[in-house]
Amino acid sequence: MGDHHHGPAKGLSRWLYTTNHKDIGTMYLWFSFAMFLLGGAFAMVIRAELFQPGMQLVEPGFFNQMTTLHGLVMVFGAIMPSFVGLANWLIPMMIGAPDMALPRMNNWSFWILPPAFLMLASTLLMEGGAPAFGWTFYAPLSTTYAPPSVTFFIFAIHILGVSSIMGSINIIATVMNMRAPGMTYMKMPLFVWTWLITAFLLVAVMPVLAGAVTMMLMDIHFGTSFFSAAGGGDPVLFQHIFWFFGHPEVYIIILPAFGVISQIIPAFSRKPLFGYASMVYATAGIAFLSFIVWAHHMYTVGMPVAGELFFMYATMLIAVPTGVKVFNWVTTMWRGAMTFETPMLFSIGFLVLFTIGGFTGLMLSIAPADFQYHDTYFVVAHFHYVMVAGAVFSMTAAVYFWLPKWTGRMYNETMGKVHFWVSFIGFNVTFFPQHFVGLAGMPRRIPDYALQFADFNMMSSIGAFIYGMSQLLFLYNVIAAIVSGEKVSDEKVWDGAEGLEWTLPSPAPYHTFETPPKLEEQPAY
Amino acid sequence: MLNARALAATALLPLAVNAQNQINMSTGISEAGAVITDLGAEIYGLHMLIFWICVAIGIGVFGVMLYSIYAHRKSKGVEPSQFHEHTGVEIAWTVVPFFILVLMAVPATSTLLEVYDNDDAEMSILVTGYQWKWKYEYLDADGENIAFFSNLATSQEQIYNTDTKGENYLLEVDEPLVIPVDTKVRFLITANDVIHSWWVPEIAVKRDAIPGFINEAWTRVLAEGVYRGQCTELCGAYHGFMPVEVHVVGQGEFNDWMAAKRGAAATDAALAATELPVDELMARGEDVYNASCLACHGANGEGGLGNAIAGSTIAMGGLDPHLNVIVNGVAGTAMQAFGAQLSDIDVAAVTTFQRNAFGNNTGDVVQASDVVSYKEG
Amino acid sequence: MRLSQDPTIDTVAKLCSVSMAMFAFVFVVMVPLYNVLCDALGINGKTSSEAYISVSADVDETRFIKVQFIATNNDAMPWSFSPEVTEMLVHPGAANDTVFFAANPTMNAMVAQAIPSVSPSRAAEYFHKTECFCFEQQPLDGNDKAEMPLQFIVDQDLPADIKTITLSYTLFDVTALISDKVASR
Repeated sequence: MGDHHHGPAKGLSRWLYTTNHKDIGTMYLWFSFAMFLLGGAFAMVIRAELFQPGMQLVEPGFFNQMTTLHGLVMVFGAIMPSFVGLANWLIPMMIGAPDMALPRMNNWSFWILPPAFLMLASTLLMEGGAPAFGWTFYAPLSTTYAPPSVTFFIFAIHILGVSSIMGSINIIATVMNMRAPGMTYMKMPLFVWTWLITAFLLVAVMPVLAGAVTMMLMDIHFGTSFFSAAGGGDPVLFQHIFWFFGHPEVYIIILPAFGVISQIIPAFSRKPLFGYASMVYATAGIAFLSFIVWAHHMYTVGMPVAGELFFMYATMLIAVPTGVKVFNWVTTMWRGAMTFETPMLFSIGFLVLFTIGGFTGLMLSIAPADFQYHDTYFVVAHFHYVMVAGAVFSMTAAVYFWLPKWTGRMYNETMGKVHFWVSFIGFNVTFFPQHFVGLAGMPRRIPDYALQFADFNMMSSIGAFIYGMSQLLFLYNVIAAIVSGEKVSDEKVWDGAEGLEWTLPSPAPYHTFETPPKLEEQPAY
Repeated sequence: MLNARALAATALLPLAVNAQNQINMSTGISEAGAVITDLGAEIYGLHMLIFWICVAIGIGVFGVMLYSIYAHRKSKGVEPSQFHEHTGVEIAWTVVPFFILVLMAVPATSTLLEVYDNDDAEMSILVTGYQWKWKYEYLDADGENIAFFSNLATSQEQIYNTDTKGENYLLEVDEPLVIPVDTKVRFLITANDVIHSWWVPEIAVKRDAIPGFINEAWTRVLAEGVYRGQCTELCGAYHGFMPVEVHVVGQGEFNDWMAAKRGAAATDAALAATELPVDELMARGEDVYNASCLACHGANGEGGLGNAIAGSTIAMGGLDPHLNVIVNGVAGTAMQAFGAQLSDIDVAAVTTFQRNAFGNNTGDVVQASDVVSYKEG
Repeated sequence: MRLSQDPTIDTVAKLCSVSMAMFAFVFVVMVPLYNVLCDALGINGKTSSEAYISVSADVDETRFIKVQFIATNNDAMPWSFSPEVTEMLVHPGAANDTVFFAANPTMNAMVAQAIPSVSPSRAAEYFHKTECFCFEQQPLDGNDKAEMPLQFIVDQDLPADIKTITLSYTLFDVTALISDKVASR
């Protein structure tokens, strides 16, 4: 090793001052896992209270704080940062770049996150309690009728918005300017493509969220009336602005997951991804459509019928590119030579459950039927099929898939498989019955419910505890692999894996591709 | 013997109710087989149509996938083929789903247009969402509007598990909405504070109640019966405790009910003109307290979301400040202005009750005339 | 267009501009656009905040429109507030008058703002107010009363299938809202 190949600094300052994309990726991943456990703990409180009808453990007001914080922490603290961490680790290695384009900004965009969530979590201890208006924080419940802690909530949202925008700018700058010679756009791995498109979505809509919370701040403290009818505003305007951010946000969460699955399924099918180009176009199509469908979250606010029809048709259209993706993945598996290691199991789990989530999404898009589904547990079931079985399963698959490359050590395959099956069963026991209670008439975000919902809620709670416990197994497996896992000597690790990151030694050295790789022998896909 | 049997019966009740785990949307058809609302039945049909289309596609996709998992595994010694694109297939599975979507959009559009067809309603009811109850006001051409609040009737004991939960736990109210059968009823929906949403699944009406603005929905219920629903937009701490109960009755029964309502309003007015004895005021006050105050101030006046009433300086202090809080509410808090929600006699009764219950012992008796004179300044 | 010689700086500068533009977009485009759309499409039954200057007065005597009036108080607003009549039958094109009554039962001077909303919302653009107490804030001293006038015309072009129009006013307490730019609805 030459002088410029210095290793990491020692101690805490390594992590505090690091500008290395792998260090920062690692920190993002651990942070998001910590948030996943925190958000999961909130979910356990919710499910424990809902185990039986009647109020047992917490008061209704605190229950609402739990649902609010669960949503915020999972969306902004667990899922989004976990994919940013993945992007940090993988994008430079996948496109043959030595690091991210803006390493110092990369450090900041991570390090402002923990204070933001510390501030958010500290609202639990404040007078009046934590925000209790749901993660969608509809005005005026989140403005005129909010607890004083709402101001801290607004600042937390601002900070993590800035963090996301900085992270996205970094990713776009890296992908656009730092690809190895010969790595054309249409040769980029699909994970890089989906993240590129996601980053553009983030740059476009995180400022919109910032605008929404800024308006809230002004309404609460500076006497404006954006969202209050009294001063000429309109609470429905809040919902339009929120969902103009919120719907692209849903794809921000799921597109990188699509990318992960598009890497893993070909690897374990030992066959190139089917329809690479149509995957790219479908991703772009979904991203475009995400900007014109936001009001399908608001079918019951009393829009003019023409508006309802427009948003219904546009929403239904999303089924087309999403369908293309699912068909492509299944066709990739077709006539391959499959093996079923843990990453593949989680990917197949993703494929099945995400497709079910897609079907319920299609049902929800039908405006007149949505009058019966809206704000019930049917919606809760739908978005957990997309968020948990979609984003979280794919993230889990990604960790198992790339862990040997990151650490040079193999996880315990048996334990991984057990983790998958317990997760898969726990997840379905939790969320499948929620379709039933939702259709039967149980509204979401209620701390207590009528007796006919009791059995399915009990089932749901049991499933949630199982799913929650299975994540501790995951944690143990990862730590055990890092500490004492079997060493991986092969560069490729998985015999079907393709891509530049698999040409590097395992574990990947602290600095990689300081000289750009030659791409001639790399297949396009 | 009798008690034991009654006890056994109530203990079994939750089980008996749980036995009917409903797993699908309300069909819009009553148990007796009568159509409840045409729209509800149509929405159910639409829901099932989309569901079966999804099932069919799901069987196709998962079938191919499962076969592939079974047949194309490395352990069977297969050689992976290397094909990775096929323009024809890719175009087909872009175009075919599009046409399936068009097929779905046709019935969806026609049903949606019906949902929006508010014309020619025979009566209008103003539905106002409050934290955490509904107010119903029957609009009357002559200005004789009938208005009342509809509060959760389930007891705190049931909610906090010290009493057996009844059959309609959390879905029962003290005063239900009553509408005549086979009559097109227009609901004008708004809210007093935050956004609520008024939903009755069996009659397929859900519409957000937005403070400052009016939303419209309609129904024509064809089968008499009791239909229950809930608030479906998070509206604060007790969002789960503001059910909707609709009684659909024959036109004759409806007229009787309306006459009784008008009579009760007249009786209240008459009562307000007389002096009531303390025990009657206390009994009435307790009922009002349980319906309107208890959720926030606690069964024993110990407080909760609201301040404690037991030993409070307001309930033990001067009468005017106490009436001010009850009649005008406290701006910026969850304490509402009850002057508009309760009749004068009820305000008098609940004020008397608060001043003499939970260990408060002012001995004050507040009559409706006191409330009237307070309101008039 | 290149913002910098360094391609990375160039990308970053462009993306920063995009995100700042999107932040501004919320305030300078989305909010006004929403208000324009509300006025044009009658979202939430919003009506014009300006007095209507009647152009032609061809009264359509062939049909009657039932106009219902609703008066509600928002939240802890303690005023009594009610329409003189709960409904009127009017001809499209004809000018109509009515009043609403308000009384402040408290001992303090207060300011109220009435927010109109018309239902069905697609009737909103055909409901013209030539004079309305909702155009400005209404101050009342403690224990004071007021009669608040409303003059309106239902447009002759009102679609034939609309036979009932409901006009609702919600009265908000804006005493604490120190703002004179209000009354824009």
